[in-house]
Amino acid sequence: MKKLFVPLAVATAAMFAAAPIAIAKADYESTMLLVQKIFYFHFATWMAMTLAIAICGVASVVYLFAGSKIADWYAVASAELVVVFGLFGLFSGSLWGRKAWGVWWQWDARVTMATMLVLVFLGYLMVRKYGGPGSEKLAAAMGIFGAATAPFVYKSVDWWRTIHPQTTVMKTLGEKWPGAWYLVLFCSAAFVLLTVLVLTARVHLEAMRSRLDDMYLAAED
Amino acid sequence: MRPGFVAVALLVLKKDLAIEFKSREIVYTTLFFAVACVMIFSFAFVMEQGVPVEGAAAGILWIAVAFSGTLALGRTFERERYSETLRALLLAPASRPAVYAGKLLGMILMMTATEIVLTPLVAFFFHAPFFARPLLLAALLGLGTIGFASVGTLFAAMLVRTRTRDVLLPILLYPVTIPVIIAGVRGTAALLQSPPEEPVATLWIGLLTAFDVVFLTLALWTFEPLMTE
Repeated sequence: MKKLFVPLAVATAAMFAAAPIAIAKADYESTMLLVQKIFYFHFATWMAMTLAIAICGVASVVYLFAGSKIADWYAVASAELVVVFGLFGLFSGSLWGRKAWGVWWQWDARVTMATMLVLVFLGYLMVRKYGGPGSEKLAAAMGIFGAATAPFVYKSVDWWRTIHPQTTVMKTLGEKWPGAWYLVLFCSAAFVLLTVLVLTARVHLEAMRSRLDDMYLAAED
Repeated sequence: MRPGFVAVALLVLKKDLAIEFKSREIVYTTLFFAVACVMIFSFAFVMEQGVPVEGAAAGILWIAVAFSGTLALGRTFERERYSETLRALLLAPASRPAVYAGKLLGMILMMTATEIVLTPLVAFFFHAPFFARPLLLAALLGLGTIGFASVGTLFAAMLVRTRTRDVLLPILLYPVTIPVIIAGVRGTAALLQSPPEEPVATLWIGLLTAFDVVFLTLALWTFEPLMTE
């Protein structure tokens, strides 16, 4: 990963530089017009958040059952990313909702459940901060439960009467409007790469902190 | 020979119930707290003519259940910590998931006892036709209680060792159990319609069952490593 980090960072930066230009050049959608362009980043954020939730869930399981410190670093790094991308997604969704539904905030199933997920991972970070010694384990339980409820959040839109677009919208977009579909994929790839990069840097920071702690302990002895 | 799973769970349950029958501390305090909750909500939801806001009863009932449940969860493990019996319980030659199951059963029974008094009370105060479909309401409350208590018992148990457990329990418990509360409130609200919307309630009961299965499996699976120091 160390060798790949710089090239990946350059590639991601190039993608994020190109994305706004491509989005600006893309065709207007017939009903949402300019506001529809939020969608490219809105969808991509949720993809990045989904990836971060999956990493946090798996890392939490590995940490809880195998006691691997590295897994714990991945879990805390990804939990922070879930909160960041979640808040960004709620913010961009709010802008979208203002145009599509006429209100900044709507208590529909998807919005409520997404907020809940952000709260779960905020709880994860809180228990780590205020739980005292051994709180990493308690946080891992939170990560596992949070990741387990995530699929319900995804399916909530299909099961419940709601005004959020159904998940089938994405499946037919490729046929109906290929230009937008490729752009959505491009933005999602950029956000996923960004997730991987930030995660790597954040895990590296945790590793350094852990080394520093060990050195303190060694110096005290 | 190590006692079986069910035997251990029932022994833990018997122990908890014996303590509870002696003091009746958790049931009485929880019930009083739940009634106090309902009273506070009545100020918010009953308008000038003395008529409650439509559909408020379902929300009030579930919030009272969730809040009082948190109180009971905190107490049942505080008791173990205070008399330093938690370590003995975990040291016992019995499987940890069985200890969890026993604690969970006790919790479900205590929450059910509260609900049996609370539900008619809310129906009485807010003119809510809760008993038009008693079986569906019982299913919603029962499944919701299992879902809430399964996560709650696990979290309360693992937080016993932390200094900030009183604050952390609700902070961790509510976001995770929001799906259960939503399903409970929406399902109950569907039953309060006239005529009651049975298909909607059944849909929510199905979802609650799914949540219960996921939560119970995860809790039984993670209890052992979580309680190991």
